Amino acid sequence: MTTWRGWLLNPAPTSRRQAQLGGWFRAWLAFRRNTLGMAGLFIVLLLITIAVAAPLIADPATALTQTLEDRLQPFSWAHPFGTDELGRDIMARMMFGARITLTIVILVSLIVVPIGLAIGLPAGYFGGWIDAVLMRVTDIFLAFPRLILALAFAAALGPGIENAVIAIALTAWPPYARLARAETMTRRSSEFIQAAELQGASHLRIIATQIVPLCLPSVIIRLTLDMAGIILTAAGLGFLGLGAQPPSPEWGAMVSTGRAVLLDHWWVATLPGIAIFITSLGFNLLGDGLRDVASGRG
Amino acid sequence: MMDMPLLRVRNLSVTYPSDDGDFRAVRNVSFTLGRERLGIVGESGSGKSTTGRAIMGLARHPARVQADELLLGDIDLRRQTERQLRRLRGKRMAMVLQDPKYSLDPVMSVGQQVAETHRTHLNSSKAEAKAAALDMLNAVHIRDPERVYAMYPHQVSGGMGQRIMIAMMLIAGPELLIADEPTSALDVTVQSQVLSIMDELVRSRGMGLILISHNLHLVSSFCDRVLVMYAGQIVEVCDAGRLADAQHPYTRGLLAALPELGHRRRDLPQLQRDPAWMDDIITPLETRMPPPGA
Amino acid sequence: MSIILEHVTVSYGRGAKRFDAARNVSLAVAEGEAYGLVGESGSGKSTVLRAVAGLIAHAEGRVALAGQTMGRRRTTAQRKTVQMVFQDPYGSLHPNQTVDQTLSMPIAIHKLGNADRRVSAALEEVGMGPTHRFRYPHQLSGGQRQRIAIARALILEPRILLLDEPTSALDVSVQAEILNLLSRLRRDLGLTILMVSHDLAVIAHLCERIAVMNRGEIVEETTADALAAGDVKNPYTQQLLRSNKGFDPSGGELDLLDSVPIR
Repeated sequence: MTTWRGWLLNPAPTSRRQAQLGGWFRAWLAFRRNTLGMAGLFIVLLLITIAVAAPLIADPATALTQTLEDRLQPFSWAHPFGTDELGRDIMARMMFGARITLTIVILVSLIVVPIGLAIGLPAGYFGGWIDAVLMRVTDIFLAFPRLILALAFAAALGPGIENAVIAIALTAWPPYARLARAETMTRRSSEFIQAAELQGASHLRIIATQIVPLCLPSVIIRLTLDMAGIILTAAGLGFLGLGAQPPSPEWGAMVSTGRAVLLDHWWVATLPGIAIFITSLGFNLLGDGLRDVASGRG
Repeated sequence: MMDMPLLRVRNLSVTYPSDDGDFRAVRNVSFTLGRERLGIVGESGSGKSTTGRAIMGLARHPARVQADELLLGDIDLRRQTERQLRRLRGKRMAMVLQDPKYSLDPVMSVGQQVAETHRTHLNSSKAEAKAAALDMLNAVHIRDPERVYAMYPHQVSGGMGQRIMIAMMLIAGPELLIADEPTSALDVTVQSQVLSIMDELVRSRGMGLILISHNLHLVSSFCDRVLVMYAGQIVEVCDAGRLADAQHPYTRGLLAALPELGHRRRDLPQLQRDPAWMDDIITPLETRMPPPGA
Repeated sequence: MSIILEHVTVSYGRGAKRFDAARNVSLAVAEGEAYGLVGESGSGKSTVLRAVAGLIAHAEGRVALAGQTMGRRRTTAQRKTVQMVFQDPYGSLHPNQTVDQTLSMPIAIHKLGNADRRVSAALEEVGMGPTHRFRYPHQLSGGQRQRIAIARALILEPRILLLDEPTSALDVSVQAEILNLLSRLRRDLGLTILMVSHDLAVIAHLCERIAVMNRGEIVEETTADALAAGDVKNPYTQQLLRSNKGFDPSGGELDLLDSVPIR
């Protein structure tokens, strides 16, 4: 381990890869000192592990098969988190639900970041009418309350997880466009950009190689902080029956169906709710930690 | 009559902890300041600004400040609590920084900021404070103080902003002024004028001035005495007019490396840093007391 | 003539709000000569430099480099003729790119090939070595960063080198090293130099002919020797000379302070 560490922290790297990895490693060391951020990272990693390992730990059948004799059982060895109103094992359902949550999170990120950058970067870089047009489009999307607009899209597209993802993504991208635009405008008059222009770099090259790397950190941090909102929106859609459809074990849907038996069998709705809470918290803490490291407060 | 010195510093050290071991930004700095103009000169990393901050009590955690003596008049600055230091700052000792853009509150008019200092330290009424502020703006040679009183920091030029800072810092009547690169952000023609004003006020009020700068010529032409700092230590002490007779190779090297109008050389002699300069000086230079009656 | 400027004007805004950063600037620099522009902030010297560099699209007047008149947009080939070293050594290098990446980009843009060899040669030319090649700017000192900036400017083998206060942000000891480096490079490569500074001593060290600018215009054209002898006509130049010597107890014109416009 010492030699790896020494190689990474070498103040005179001999290749680009060594320099880049060294940079990542130093950032990691700085992040490691942030306790809350590490707690957030732990939670997120736990979520990923559970999602990936779900089929290995729990039998998918127990998550989906209805066994009415077993309905609404409290905690037991056979069912550590109890069973729901249709006799399905809640723990198994929660674990498979983690997969759905993770899928939504990844898909939304993959859609939102490119769209945000594609709209914000040219707006900030070129200014003028390009900026005006792109920002008005952004303003239109921003004018609607996010959850309501997502509802409208989901209702228009029809129920289902894929449509829920699209609906959420369509309402989540505007702040990223704004962020990308602001970062670009700040850096636009930097001397290293002028130096690149002086060398004859095309606009595309400047945007892609010089500006994008500068925008990405704040976009990613924003994304992790937004995760909580995305998860809650997905849960909200599920709660209203517009996201994942039964018998899919999406956490929001589980909370929704658990409402009917809340008073006598509290665990059916509450446990998925706690899962949503912890996951959101994890992403928030992770985002806070990343932001602290990025802004040097450590 | 020999005045009690305004400031006595003996073996002042400031250390910053870091991943690679402690970094000693200031090492065993000792000097005495009377009613005179003392210049502290050094390049970046020499510890000159940190010294000024440590005296003002602004070198905070994680910095560790130690000194055998740190006396402002008869007040032991080492033993003051943060609260007590706040009362001293502005009233007994003041500091002017480099860029007024960053030192002035952007959302308050400049006059109000000057008046506020007066109210804070002298417990005056609003009217008294405003009158004192206008007086002070006059003292720093601002024409039409009434009009300038109402202006906001972004509306004033650099030179005027710095004069306003000086007004603000001196209005409560401190006896010590530390100026950290006060003219570095100003145009060359404005620098002399701002320094003149500082000089006039310092003399008329019998204050002591510490001018911290990287500009050797400026310091030697303005101050009475010069301390040269390198790597946290004072390596040279001399009377300002006699800089050419400097002893330490660092000072001589620095003077030689400056391009000079009229003295055209093909290549400027480059400073050869001797690693021995980094070693702790065994007997730190203790400056002489200013001559009586100065 | 390597650089010719004829009635170059750069203005911002229109009508009553029109502000001329540079007005009617004309000068000529011979090949291999070092010409200095000296003035305070707001004098327009940096604006003129950027107009020569082709960084200001809306500049009026004629800019001709190496005999060729430059249009509003510069072609890639024209970009090779003139390069610039900026004032802030940290701001002029991309913070997330290694030295290697920074130096490789111009080679890639102009498709020069042999990137590895060119980068090594450029580093050596400015007195740096392979140990610095893969470092990030924040791992380099101010002087080292400025050397990289110079290497980057020279890697395209320009005929003309523009210097925008290249040593203002550096310590005195480092300034001497960089000035010596620039002198040597100018001699070895036969560069034409146009340099901007507020420091008379620095400009007179490197340049033979010097123009003094104030509020967007050239107020006097003189030589380093004349400046040294104090043989100057314009009162503004005289004031600059006095201020450059250090603290001037006579104070200069106090009135000037209050009439300086809003910055």
